[in-house]
Amino acid sequence: MSEPLLQVSNLAKRFEGIVATDDLALNVEPGELHAVIGPNGAGKTTLILQLSGQLTPDSGRVVFAGEDITGLPMYERAGRGLARSFQITSLFLDLSVLDNVMLAVQAHAGHSFHFWRNARKEAALRQPSLALLERVGLADRADRRCADLSHGEHRMIELAMALAGQPRMLLLDEPMAGLGPEESARMVTMLRALKRQVTILLVEHDMEAVFALADRITVLVYGKVIATGEPAAIRTNTQVREAYLGDQEAGHG
Amino acid sequence: MIRLLTPRNVVLAVLLAFLVLLPVYAAVFGKPFVVTLFTRIVILAMAAVSLNLIMGYGGMVSFGHAVYIGIGGYVVGILAHEGVLSGFVQWPLALIASALAALIIGVLCLRTRGVYFIMITLAFAQLLYYVAIGLDRYGGDDGLTVYSRSEFFAPLDLAHKTQFYYVCLVLLFAVIGLTWRIVNSRFGLVVQGARSNDLRMQAIGFPTFRYKLACFVIAGTICGLSGALLANHTEFVSPAVMHWTRSGDLIVMVVLGGMATPFGPVVGAVALLVLEEALSGITEYWQIILGPLLLLVVLFARGGIMGLLRLGRAS
Repeated sequence: MSEPLLQVSNLAKRFEGIVATDDLALNVEPGELHAVIGPNGAGKTTLILQLSGQLTPDSGRVVFAGEDITGLPMYERAGRGLARSFQITSLFLDLSVLDNVMLAVQAHAGHSFHFWRNARKEAALRQPSLALLERVGLADRADRRCADLSHGEHRMIELAMALAGQPRMLLLDEPMAGLGPEESARMVTMLRALKRQVTILLVEHDMEAVFALADRITVLVYGKVIATGEPAAIRTNTQVREAYLGDQEAGHG
Repeated sequence: MIRLLTPRNVVLAVLLAFLVLLPVYAAVFGKPFVVTLFTRIVILAMAAVSLNLIMGYGGMVSFGHAVYIGIGGYVVGILAHEGVLSGFVQWPLALIASALAALIIGVLCLRTRGVYFIMITLAFAQLLYYVAIGLDRYGGDDGLTVYSRSEFFAPLDLAHKTQFYYVCLVLLFAVIGLTWRIVNSRFGLVVQGARSNDLRMQAIGFPTFRYKLACFVIAGTICGLSGALLANHTEFVSPAVMHWTRSGDLIVMVVLGGMATPFGPVVGAVALLVLEEALSGITEYWQIILGPLLLLVVLFARGGIMGLLRLGRAS
């Protein structure tokens, strides 16, 4: 196997006595879709925050494309090709769908002190933006007001914006959150199409989606990795079953 | 398909034709005062267009925008008072002074948002209002008479009413064209993105502060030009031009005409000032009529007059 694109080793984070991340190690290979699952409170979001740079780990190392990025701030990680999509959609609701994506493309196209040329007619902005909308299946919505679209479509726009910087790796924080069954199915189709084009680390609650998409799955419990492997192996892993069964019982009790 | 004969386009075409042909009408029907009235309207429309750039497109509600009318006006007035009459000196200096003021005010105000931004811009405007009152050498509270209008090259004579009207009108069109280019440029998209969701703009990598500041300075500079024109028009400049109620008038023009539309502020300025003129001819208490009219527009036509005209197209 080639060198992993993302290497996490000995990562630890505590919040006033609560261990959120506990000596965590994780490798993501180039081109794979790697899912992170775990019961509530397993530390999935804390992990994403540390990988994207929003939260600094107490100890451990994060290496991206051979470079130690543990101490780098968020925007520098984004600049190196590690993009993150937000769990809560945060878009420009009163602008058009195309404008939303164009702003994300523009953010990666140098400074914006250009006062004269019509940005919406600039091929350098327009074409990649339309291509991104095509990729997420919203090309026909380009000129609609963002606020007029559904929640599911908003998530797709969010994804298109994350892809705008042509990232080498995407951190997806619960992309199915709040989606109906139909919209979830569309998102799964879309992520399947994205696989191989870009390396993805996916944190998701929707087990059906995870098992349908992931090349490998890492299971977190109390901030610790209890298993990593291919979906079939994870499905039959007794430790994992216990963790989830225990969680369900606690949930119903 | 773009339909050209929409109600909005018809109204705009009629308005533009009216503005262009106004001096002819005034000459034929012997009503020169109409040119004077509309020169004022065109100048204030320019100020409203500049406010629309920051308020409509940038979401920065400045309650002190008239301060740049005062700065532009005082630069022209003071220079004329000191014997410098060349417009080539007066006008650039008026623009530079307004730009500098906007830069300083912007740096301090743009760290706040919402109501605080409104209050701080208002506070700065009042500060400069009292500075103007304190200018004893230049008339203080009584204001400063401008005995001679700005001088340019030979055939152009700003003291000639029709010529001056057309100078103002051409500059208004130029300013509308300029803001139209700006709001559709990369810069304009960033400013509108910051109005829509400033935090997200920062998250995708835009340092929004400097873009908003640049926008604020451009608007202040344009407004300074309208101040230079107004001083020439009234041949007088006083602290009253930058009183906060003047800033309020500009906001009303923009909201009445339609925020974030290229011609909205012009329509708003014409509507407000013509109504003011017409109603004050009917009764001394014309504000009792104007007030409720404005309320109706704000309550029932949120896009202003331009918004109403767009509704007409949809139905």
